[in-house]
Amino acid sequence: MSLDKNGIAKRIAQELRDGYYVNLGIGIPTLVANFIPEGMEVILQSENGLLGIGPFPSPDEMDPDLINAGKQTVTAIPGAAFFDSASSFGMIRGGHIDLTVLGAFEVSEKGDIASWKVPGKLIKGMGGAMDLVAAAKNIIVAMQHTDKEGNSKLLKECTLPLTGVNCVKRIVTDLAVIDVVEGGFKLIERAPGVTVEEIKKATAGKLIVEGEVPEMQV
Amino acid sequence: MNKVVKDAYEAIRGIESGMTVMFGGFGLCGIPENCLKALAESSITNLICISNNAGIDNFGLGVLLRKHQMNKMIASYVGENKEFERQFLTGELEVELIPQGTLAERIRAGGAGIPAFFVPAGYGTEVQGEKEVRIFNGKPHIMELGLTADFAIVKAKYGDTMGNLIYNKTANNFNQPIATAGRITIAEVEELVPYGELEPNHIHTPGVYVQRIFQGKEYEKRIEFATTRS
Repeated sequence: MSLDKNGIAKRIAQELRDGYYVNLGIGIPTLVANFIPEGMEVILQSENGLLGIGPFPSPDEMDPDLINAGKQTVTAIPGAAFFDSASSFGMIRGGHIDLTVLGAFEVSEKGDIASWKVPGKLIKGMGGAMDLVAAAKNIIVAMQHTDKEGNSKLLKECTLPLTGVNCVKRIVTDLAVIDVVEGGFKLIERAPGVTVEEIKKATAGKLIVEGEVPEMQV
Repeated sequence: MNKVVKDAYEAIRGIESGMTVMFGGFGLCGIPENCLKALAESSITNLICISNNAGIDNFGLGVLLRKHQMNKMIASYVGENKEFERQFLTGELEVELIPQGTLAERIRAGGAGIPAFFVPAGYGTEVQGEKEVRIFNGKPHIMELGLTADFAIVKAKYGDTMGNLIYNKTANNFNQPIATAGRITIAEVEELVPYGELEPNHIHTPGVYVQRIFQGKEYEKRIEFATTRS
């Protein structure tokens, strides 16, 4: 059985470590915040100038001066800090953020990522995605293994305009956990009940399979 | 040294058609509502606007768009705005998209007298274009230029008559770097106090950067995506 969005988020949450500063992108990555293991201290950064994102507010707590990078109202945890956009990206560019999780349209064997623009469709802009992928120490992509038409999103080369090159380290999809290594995509784990063959079929780039591939524990 | 002007209409005096104007704010958070309204009521056109976002259809920079007062927009993300899409697709509006951190740093550098610098963001993408590439610490970087403007317009929570500013929470965002990058910087504030009343330790923008300041009024502070916990 392939994972749903919450399943993908739950698996990514296993990558978190105590004391990590983490930037979560819009979509599935945001859901990771719901699965931070009990007792683990993880501080979430929002690139519009907040370190220490808290839960969404109750209706009477909503503050127009307190939003996340997706422009949603949020709260700040005790111990949070606010700062300006240049400082925020200084924090990101300077390598002070341990992990970035973001979505993607395509990822290549070399760790290139395309996530911001589909030619012919409306162009909204890259926001902070190019800065994040160019600078974070560790980048995990959260996405479906294939698009709505069933085409693989794990390719030899990206076909869409790139967000960054040679930067993605790990990909967690509805079917598998995959690492970007020298020579291709290395299969690390399978989603529960999903076979290596099924993953191979859904992966257009080179899939490296070594020995028995364990099932994800989610 | 009194920098106080009466209102937004007096504050925007000197902004002429064709000028480059920077606006603070992220989405609708921390935008200079009073000055945007005054500009929308003016006959100024052909502005080059620099702002992280372009507002929404009927609020923020979206109002200047609807009135065709802008001919170029420099931003990092311009979704959530139908009129923007229309003018962009018909070619009425020129758009330059810049990675958000690069945009913030270009503005900060502009204000700090740094003409150019290197960043990794955008290397190997269409943002690289013809820009100079250099390798530092084994990693390719592209050269980006500092950015300044004829006018910079910011919004702060508190300000004093000397132009010192304190922002509130995530309404700081682009306001702090933008305040440094205008040939003339206008600050509108929710609470204007006599100098000496703000705690010097808490000032985000020292008054040297601000040429005009006024007490704003009737802030709507709209929320783009009101999200609550279930």
